[in-house]
Amino acid sequence: MSTYDTYDYDVLVIGAGGAGLRAAIEAAAHGVSVGLICKSLLGKAHTVMAEGGIAAALSNVDERDNWRVHFADTLRGGQYLNNWRMAELHAKEAPDRVRELEAWGALFDRTKDGRILQRNFGGHKYPRLAHVGDRTGLEMIRTLQDHGIHQGIDVHMECTIISLLKGGERIAGAFGYEREKGQFKLFRAKAIVIATGGIGRAYKITSNSWEYTGDGHALAYNAGAELMDMEFVQFHPTGMVWPPSVRGILVTEGVRGEGGILLNNAHQRFMFEAIPELYKQQTADNEEEGWRYTQGDKQAKRPPELLTRDHVARCIVREIKEGRGSPHNGVFLDISWIKSKIPHAADYIKKKLPSMYHQFKKLADIDITNEPMEVGPTTHYMMGGIRVDADTQMSTVPGLFAAGEAAAGLHGANRLGGNSLSDLLVFGKRAGEHAARFAAANWPATIDEREVNSIARQVLEPFERTTGENPFQLQYDLQEVMQDLVGIVRKEDELLQAMDELQKLQARYGQVKVVGNREYNNGWHTALDLQNLLTVSEAITRAAIERKESRGAHFREDYPKKDEQTGNCNLIIVKGKGGEMLVKRETLTAMRPDLIQIIDEMK
Amino acid sequence: MKADFHIWRGDASGGKFEMYSTEVAEGMVVLDAVHQIQAEQANDLAVRWNCKAGKCGSCSAEVNGLPKLMCMTRLSELPLDKPVLLQPLKAFPLIKDLVTDVSWNYSVKKKIKKFKPRAPDAKDGTWRMYQQDIDRVQEFRKCIECFLCQDVCHVLREHQLYDRFIGPRFLVYTAALEMHPLDIEDRMDDLKKANGIGYCNITKCCTSVCPEDITITDNAIIPLKERVADRFYDPVKRLFRLFRSKKTIKS
Repeated sequence: MSTYDTYDYDVLVIGAGGAGLRAAIEAAAHGVSVGLICKSLLGKAHTVMAEGGIAAALSNVDERDNWRVHFADTLRGGQYLNNWRMAELHAKEAPDRVRELEAWGALFDRTKDGRILQRNFGGHKYPRLAHVGDRTGLEMIRTLQDHGIHQGIDVHMECTIISLLKGGERIAGAFGYEREKGQFKLFRAKAIVIATGGIGRAYKITSNSWEYTGDGHALAYNAGAELMDMEFVQFHPTGMVWPPSVRGILVTEGVRGEGGILLNNAHQRFMFEAIPELYKQQTADNEEEGWRYTQGDKQAKRPPELLTRDHVARCIVREIKEGRGSPHNGVFLDISWIKSKIPHAADYIKKKLPSMYHQFKKLADIDITNEPMEVGPTTHYMMGGIRVDADTQMSTVPGLFAAGEAAAGLHGANRLGGNSLSDLLVFGKRAGEHAARFAAANWPATIDEREVNSIARQVLEPFERTTGENPFQLQYDLQEVMQDLVGIVRKEDELLQAMDELQKLQARYGQVKVVGNREYNNGWHTALDLQNLLTVSEAITRAAIERKESRGAHFREDYPKKDEQTGNCNLIIVKGKGGEMLVKRETLTAMRPDLIQIIDEMK
Repeated sequence: MKADFHIWRGDASGGKFEMYSTEVAEGMVVLDAVHQIQAEQANDLAVRWNCKAGKCGSCSAEVNGLPKLMCMTRLSELPLDKPVLLQPLKAFPLIKDLVTDVSWNYSVKKKIKKFKPRAPDAKDGTWRMYQQDIDRVQEFRKCIECFLCQDVCHVLREHQLYDRFIGPRFLVYTAALEMHPLDIEDRMDDLKKANGIGYCNITKCCTSVCPEDITITDNAIIPLKERVADRFYDPVKRLFRLFRSKKTIKS
């Protein structure tokens, strides 16, 4: 028998980034009791790393912008696999969610007439991203945190959930441990919101921190919920590549929004080659026009550096592969060239991109106001996730909700920059509201204590082994497999090989050994996260095998074209009766005629 | 090339420095070396980190005796001919190895009166604010809550006045609220009494360790001290205030 502390809540929110905090605030506002689980300390979640801004059609900078344009941009970016209802809600509600942050104390950069300033970003037709220099995520999470701590929410910091618990078909609670002493905690809850973010740690080169091990995806999957779109992993085109220890750290798209250009080793702006058909109408004809766009000329079309992330990442890979890369296997990203265009360029860059300036200066001895950066793609974001109802964010398990990166639907095959922060706010709020309503309408489901004890026994097993696998080594090996075989450019034989490798890793996982005791033991935490990483890695790989076409972030070298026959569907991952992972095809639901009309008008 | 690291190992009940030797390469930061040691030699070594890019403020520790973010301290800045000394923050209770219990900071923040905006006054139901009016508050809002300033503040570190002084981080937080163009709350009384601003004798240690280069003392603490002095120690203004609203005095 294991000992554990027990907590009772109407709504339990797992994850305390933007989506989790927003969900918790909303649930609390509906008068129910709320518990909030943070894997790290409060305010340290990955939202803090978001740089560029929050996409919302406030139309403060360009009055032509409105929710319809934002909706159409989002679907075009997602290659029309998006859940259109989510995209509609998102585009309509994002402006209010941004204004709400201001009412809670956020201080966005301003327009000359004192309103919230908006900047250009990839795939957005008009300047749309509300921002604070290049530290928008910090502003957002701090605002939510500082507001949230006064709403009567019970915060459990440095606490990790290992398993969800069900009573019959319904969600009943969650079981986990706190890091400090390694003690178990049982949370009984009538409704649970998963807001655990992404899966970036499945890859070697990533912008994600240690926390992003697909916990929410795996928890929901194991509880019987469906996952969707798992083949769509976003590789951000610009991560740092040198020195090796900083490889993968994000370089904001804001650099390109402010006029930064991509160059190969022959000093060519290679992004002007191969502009996708879908975007030909919207892309600048020449460098001069591109520059004018970044400076707010409303007649100009956007430079190709601001095409969608999937496309830019692939172009960079192409340049490197064909021998036109930079010395450390990247390409050049240059913002310093704007010196030739505007006075006081160095001060402008430092003001607009302060953390990029600081990051390169400190970590790479590069002064970005004076010389180009070296950049290459880095694993950044999971478009796929828990399949949810668009309006309520409830998964296929009653009482289990999901929001933010852990949920699927809004972004389709590729997410536009800036649409993540707005996603967190819009659907965090919705998930919180509907979880609260669900909790108010239902009695708690019963938890089987034997199940709890059996989970506790299982997670302590690695301590009992005297010989076995080093959890850190196992994680590295997994990351190598995913990076090499299920990365930006995929093909069948490599994906099948990845499946084999994952099976071997799963077997090795059964032998993982943990040294020391339960107190703040990073080795133990890494070991427990590994099972989630293995689950999501398998889901990504299986879905990538099944989708025999190239679309958005999923690129198959052996099927390089979009396939309208087989591709217009979502792939659903679900746990079979015997515990095996199944992939199902789900045809897209027909879009409402008024929304189809918007898409047609915006073509 | 190999380098040596003297890392504190232990918990509240005691511990000692352990020596680890590990391979170092160009561009590595202290946190990279700690991770390498953790992965290869000491799986249960406790270290707190998240973003590894100086944005989350999790990996605070004392490197060769100086409070630093481990992720932003490059090995090339340190003399590697002798062991690099790594210890947990001294101002907070030890949990294990390099990890301390910083929960006091979270309880302090909760006690500070929250943001309270004036009613929206623009036609569209929001507010107008100008960039020049928010520049100084944006500086304070760069804070990543790494608590290095709290660690180095002698009022906390040496004198342990945790129940009487909120420390530089929360003076900056208070300044951000007080100087927010929309805020109409009054925190002066708390600042003087419960939050103990008078304990700060402006040695500027906090400013010198801030990884975000926030000019904590000059831009946040001194203006707050002036406001407190104005409110509580200026007899003419005290009399004056009897007849005027708080809003005029705040600006």
